[in-house]
Amino acid sequence: MKYKSQKVAYWFFALCMLLFTLQIVYGFIMGFARIGMDGLHDFIPFNTARAVHTNLLVVWLLTGFMGAAYYIIPEEAQRELISVKWAYIQLISLAVVGVVAIVGYHFNYWEGRKFLEIPRELDYLVVVNVLLFLGLILGTLFTGKRKTTTALVLSMGLLFAALLYLPGMIWFDSQVTDSFFRWWVVHLWVEGVWELIMGGILSYLLIKLTGVDREVIEKWLYVIVGLTFLSGILGTGHHYYYIGVNKIWLIVGGIFSALEPLAFLAMALFAVYMYRKGEKSHPNKIALFWTIGAAIVSFIGAGLLGFAHTLPQTNLYTHGTLVTAMHGHYAFWGAYAMIVLAIISYALPNITGRKRHDKTNGHMAFWLSNIGMLGMTVAFGVAGVVQVYMERKMGLDFMKVQNEISIHFVVLLLCATLFATGITMYIIEFIKYGKPSDEAMTTDTH
Amino acid sequence: MLSKSQARAFFLGGTVVTFMAFIGLTIYSFRPQNDQTHHDKIDAQVIRGKHLWETNNCMGCHTILGEGGYYAPELTKVVERKGEEYIKIVLQSKVPWEPNGRKMVAYAMNDEDTQAMIAYFKWIGGIDLNGFDRIVSPLSKDKQ
Repeated sequence: MKYKSQKVAYWFFALCMLLFTLQIVYGFIMGFARIGMDGLHDFIPFNTARAVHTNLLVVWLLTGFMGAAYYIIPEEAQRELISVKWAYIQLISLAVVGVVAIVGYHFNYWEGRKFLEIPRELDYLVVVNVLLFLGLILGTLFTGKRKTTTALVLSMGLLFAALLYLPGMIWFDSQVTDSFFRWWVVHLWVEGVWELIMGGILSYLLIKLTGVDREVIEKWLYVIVGLTFLSGILGTGHHYYYIGVNKIWLIVGGIFSALEPLAFLAMALFAVYMYRKGEKSHPNKIALFWTIGAAIVSFIGAGLLGFAHTLPQTNLYTHGTLVTAMHGHYAFWGAYAMIVLAIISYALPNITGRKRHDKTNGHMAFWLSNIGMLGMTVAFGVAGVVQVYMERKMGLDFMKVQNEISIHFVVLLLCATLFATGITMYIIEFIKYGKPSDEAMTTDTH
Repeated sequence: MLSKSQARAFFLGGTVVTFMAFIGLTIYSFRPQNDQTHHDKIDAQVIRGKHLWETNNCMGCHTILGEGGYYAPELTKVVERKGEEYIKIVLQSKVPWEPNGRKMVAYAMNDEDTQAMIAYFKWIGGIDLNGFDRIVSPLSKDKQ
């Protein structure tokens, strides 16, 4: 750790761990409900559990991105954060808004709009919170000694993520128009600007972990984020095939979303190539595993599994089925959860001064969570494909099909247990690192 | 070999061009002559129905236009498949509706709200979904 203010990141990462744990708990509630064990229905019905599960995902990832920015930007800009006090205020207000939203979901205080369930009143608080965050980050960046491409791409991703939240706050009388602009937020986040954030974090980690020249890494970062936007912006069209808008999206969405895996392929090749090219043998092997893992798994989850049902001819049958859940789980895990876990794994030894970065527990956490998530993805995939054939091809009733595929949710729950064990080990390691220490200022050699 | 400034130009140029194309296609999609939703048929009842749909987070379990929770049936064309009376019974039930063992929240809706929900479903059912309506529509209807 080079700057004292980087310690702020630790508390964002700690909040991440808490929210991630809760997300997994609500995931289990949903999984058990799907096999008929819905004893909590009167208190936490499925729609509540789902809203909490997906929103916690979004919030813990955003918290992780913010923590990453607070860690990376001072080092890239070569100065302390412009205000540590306001960064803590931003963290506390973020946590308060998150808690109010999550509690509110249990009392019907929400908007039933997938991924954007936070009520409008709280939306305004989110905007204020994010503006404060951006003020701190951009203020630090532009008053710093240098403005690196890595820092600019990361900041640009965070700025666009904030701007793109706004279309989701507009009320539309038409369900179709509402859906259309909801995807401006959701799609352009996860298949657009969040990839900028991912690219920025990945680039920073590769520079630190491999020792490859910054100029080389940042050049390819531009190419990757260029490919992301080139395919991802018009690729939004794959959400518009069958929601009641013009057929032109069948062509535009089909072509450009078919190109979307290229960005993820480039990212995976980039990470592996830089790792092989690097001459530096960094001691933090766990961070390296999560970093390279994120690039590879995101290609499989977001790129390949997305491609599997992105063409209009396929999507006609898979739209609105568990095939989407298959793709969604592995994509979010690979592209965003793993990169957040990577930056946490990298930053923790530097913030706390404790070099626990090659412990067996850490490696076990990586492998168990990855094998668990792969198993969950396969279970969702098999359930989804069976659902497509039985419901969409054979014309069987929805609930009859759900009963037929419930066995796959037993498998899913078993794999989820493996996944949760891995994440528990990760969190235990996080706790064992202890709190940030000023002594870390002298022990950081990387 | 590609230089860093060329890579930056590729990023910025590609982003601007595709974003402009995206905005253009959005405007094109919402031109009145391209409307596939019978937008003019959205009345106060349909809007009330959409509001109820959102405030009760029906999408958290059901899907509509193929979007939602995948836990309960797709409701596009539900009026055509199940009929108004069936929908009324489900929405006004004071105990959780439990078809095939999967529970729904008991909404115990009044007549006014029920009619708004039905109006909303009818409007949804009239949308041209580029073929998806034919995939979704016949499913349960054929089984009745």
